[in-house]
Amino acid sequence: MKTLKRLLLIPLVALSTAWALPGIAADTELQLVIKNHQFQPAELKAPGAQKLRILVHNQDSTAEEFESHPLKREKIIPGGAKVTVLVGPLKPGRYEFFGEFNPATAKGTLVIE
Amino acid sequence: MFASALIVFRETLEAALFIGIVAAATRDLAGRSRWIVMGIAAGVLGSVLLAAGMEQLSDLAGGAGQDVLNAVFLSMALAMLAWHCIWISTHARDMVQQAKNVGSQVRAHGLTLWPIAIAVGVCVLREGAETVLFIGGIATNTTGWQPLLAGAGMGLIAGLGVGSLIYLGLTRINVQYVFRVSNAFLLLLAGSLSSQLAKVLTQAGWVDVGSETIWDASAILPESSPPGMFLHALAGYDASPSALQLALYLGAIAFIVLASRWVQNGLSPQSRPALRGA
Repeated sequence: MKTLKRLLLIPLVALSTAWALPGIAADTELQLVIKNHQFQPAELKAPGAQKLRILVHNQDSTAEEFESHPLKREKIIPGGAKVTVLVGPLKPGRYEFFGEFNPATAKGTLVIE
Repeated sequence: MFASALIVFRETLEAALFIGIVAAATRDLAGRSRWIVMGIAAGVLGSVLLAAGMEQLSDLAGGAGQDVLNAVFLSMALAMLAWHCIWISTHARDMVQQAKNVGSQVRAHGLTLWPIAIAVGVCVLREGAETVLFIGGIATNTTGWQPLLAGAGMGLIAGLGVGSLIYLGLTRINVQYVFRVSNAFLLLLAGSLSSQLAKVLTQAGWVDVGSETIWDASAILPESSPPGMFLHALAGYDASPSALQLALYLGAIAFIVLASRWVQNGLSPQSRPALRGA
């Protein structure tokens, strides 16, 4: 069992470092908070020429799903958890996203300049 | 209440349509109900476990745990569906013959329906885990959870209703064509799984090619509209697909069609004239 776990770890570690390394220099990290089923800030701004890492921190106790049709992203963020959503590089424009479990209140936009 | 009904309806619809189509496509096959029910039961149980472990899962693989699992599930369902489509295409004629004998169940040689059970289970699991998390969130509300929960129940029933309708519709088709028509629907489901797989691969950052959007029809037929939602669940409709999504969608369908032909042509020479003559 222990060996099996180690064997599984090798590709996982290799994989995560493989895409973390080139990312350090080029990626821009953006912070997004979910509180009371709302995104804060509701509007994120970023330059478009690079990849973006949106770190979503769900401060509610219930799960939310970060979803965006124009960004083609769908990721569950359990209550109290932090999840990173990778996007880009993107063309300038406005990209809307929402919380699928609370679509009436959880709305936001990513603005690429 | 309406909002929660809509959310649960959307999650249920995809799994219910999948089950309805698969059930119609395997109509008259011996033991098919047992396999499908087993798939659903395993999927529901798995949903609860997956929802409970979602936080741990999210942290795995450098934050791509959800994507890893989704990619594995989608590939598995796709492989099982492809296998079934190819297998059934080589037996279609026998099946139609046997199904015409009313009440008789088809017992084709080498009949295996466990791939169908796995595909159904995985499909229920993917949609189910989200539904469990959503309903779990409702239940923690101290006030006003009753109408939300009632809405969720209504959404679940409505989703299952649409799944049943497609099953009833497909099984009304003349027995001569029912396998061909339901197989065409299975091909669309396979395309849909492939397109979702493309999305997951891009989302996780593993594949960079073909991530650009090739067209945007969201002004004409948005995915959030009822017909868009239905087409998404039925055939994997995406208002603004990426090149990779379209390529995998068409690629999966082409692969299954060509592989079925290839297997059929590989049948023994004696059986070929007999098949043509029948």
